[in-house]
Amino acid sequence: MRIVEKAQLMSASEIDRTLQRLAHEIVEKSGGTKHLALIGIRRRGVPLAQRIAQAMRGIDGVDVPVGTLDITLYRDDLSKVASHAVLQSSHIPFGVDNMDLVMVDDVLYTGRTIRAAMNGLFDLGRPKRVSLCVLIDRGHREMPIESQFTGRVVQTSPTEIIEVRLREIDNEERVVLVDRVE
Amino acid sequence: MTYRPRDLLALEPLTADELTFLLDQSKPFQEIQRHPLKKLATLRGKTIALAFFESSTRTRISFGTAASRLGADIMNLQAEASSLKKGESLLDTVHTLDAMKPDCLVMRHGASGAPEFVARHLDIPVINAGDGTHEHPSQGLLDALTIRDRKGTIENLNVTILGDIKHSRVARSNIHLLGKFGCRFTLCGPAMWVPSELEKIGPPGARIRRVFRIEEALEDADVALVLRVQSERLHEPALSLEDYILLYQLSAERLRHAKADAIVLHPGPLNRGIEITPEVADSPQSCVLEQVTNGVAVRMALLFLLAAGPSEDGAHPAVEAQASKKRRSTDVKDPSHASR
Repeated sequence: MRIVEKAQLMSASEIDRTLQRLAHEIVEKSGGTKHLALIGIRRRGVPLAQRIAQAMRGIDGVDVPVGTLDITLYRDDLSKVASHAVLQSSHIPFGVDNMDLVMVDDVLYTGRTIRAAMNGLFDLGRPKRVSLCVLIDRGHREMPIESQFTGRVVQTSPTEIIEVRLREIDNEERVVLVDRVE
Repeated sequence: MTYRPRDLLALEPLTADELTFLLDQSKPFQEIQRHPLKKLATLRGKTIALAFFESSTRTRISFGTAASRLGADIMNLQAEASSLKKGESLLDTVHTLDAMKPDCLVMRHGASGAPEFVARHLDIPVINAGDGTHEHPSQGLLDALTIRDRKGTIENLNVTILGDIKHSRVARSNIHLLGKFGCRFTLCGPAMWVPSELEKIGPPGARIRRVFRIEEALEDADVALVLRVQSERLHEPALSLEDYILLYQLSAERLRHAKADAIVLHPGPLNRGIEITPEVADSPQSCVLEQVTNGVAVRMALLFLLAAGPSEDGAHPAVEAQASKKRRSTDVKDPSHASR
């Protein structure tokens, strides 16, 4: 089996513009940033959350706290992946009680990661509201989970993979659609 | 790197990288100790057998708490109530436990090497929770984690160990772990408890010396590890409890010989007023309660790594490691293991 790149979905400047727009949408829909906080889901949700927080500073100087969440311990398929799973630290330097939390991830697919992330968040307290922000929604949900802030919706087939490559992690900046071919 | 041990029987065979991995994997579990809701479902449906053939309260509670916080169920065997009293052999007892299908066995035994013997006969992972005078690996890991949190590093520290080192599996696990990171050890206690062969334990090149004056032993120490005095081992009149206190008790005055930011560790249970004064035990330099909290985190990490389940191909994640494990089992360096 080979992996072939089929198309580029976003360039670096498109990623940047999309994050700027998502930052605006989050500020607008939240009706005030006093209780707002972002939760980046490891790994690629973390730099995305930091960039959205940076963009918010440019909007009206709001400084929104950013936490990071590792969902490994909450996965429902851990028995399949346990032998390669390496735990990372979660770091949420604020109380989540009564907060307006926006989880940030790169790709929304089956919804299982988000289900796991919500379990993790509710172990920390009782947020007032939890919403979801993703760069790409590729469909094929296996859970009743939707994103409130979406960068782009992309129609995909199940064999395709969306790779979000970010300079903080991958040393390049673009979103590509790849496919597995026999 | 990732490291998936099949069993955890001793720290002696592990490399510095493997030990660092185990310490790093404990960090997420330290955070969970601070959560208002500490219960995970990670090991839901798994069963951890706790077989303590030697009495223990804190280690058993610590492993039990770790297992329940991961969502696992616990099977408890205690020596007092067990059929060992009715003459059943160790192997028959563990085979009986195993037949109830636990996913992991945590075991303490008075005989050095007993968990390793059991691990050779069982397919499930075995964690040594202390065996005779051999090792107490989870204690060594939690001590190292506590030191790393307080000092920022476990490299090249001066570690002074006080008390009955000859019979201490805690001291051995600490030396096997910290020795791989360049720590220097000063062992101090009555001569009968600090025999010269202790200078040869630890990884190759480990710097271990014996000093019999406590003030001198503490000179320049970063870490003072105080061991519990078991009065039944004092053998009067060779050494009375009063003499031990006079000569080896860690007091605030004696601790001043160590570095100003030295920390004090004790595996518990504390004998206040015997091996340590209440003033030192309650001082900001003392890490005794952090050790207890870290113990649960380390044991959660170990249960997660060993009991989380099969890999994608259906085999146990570390079955491949079994062959090398068997080879290691005959490679025993510490000459005093079998003394008990």
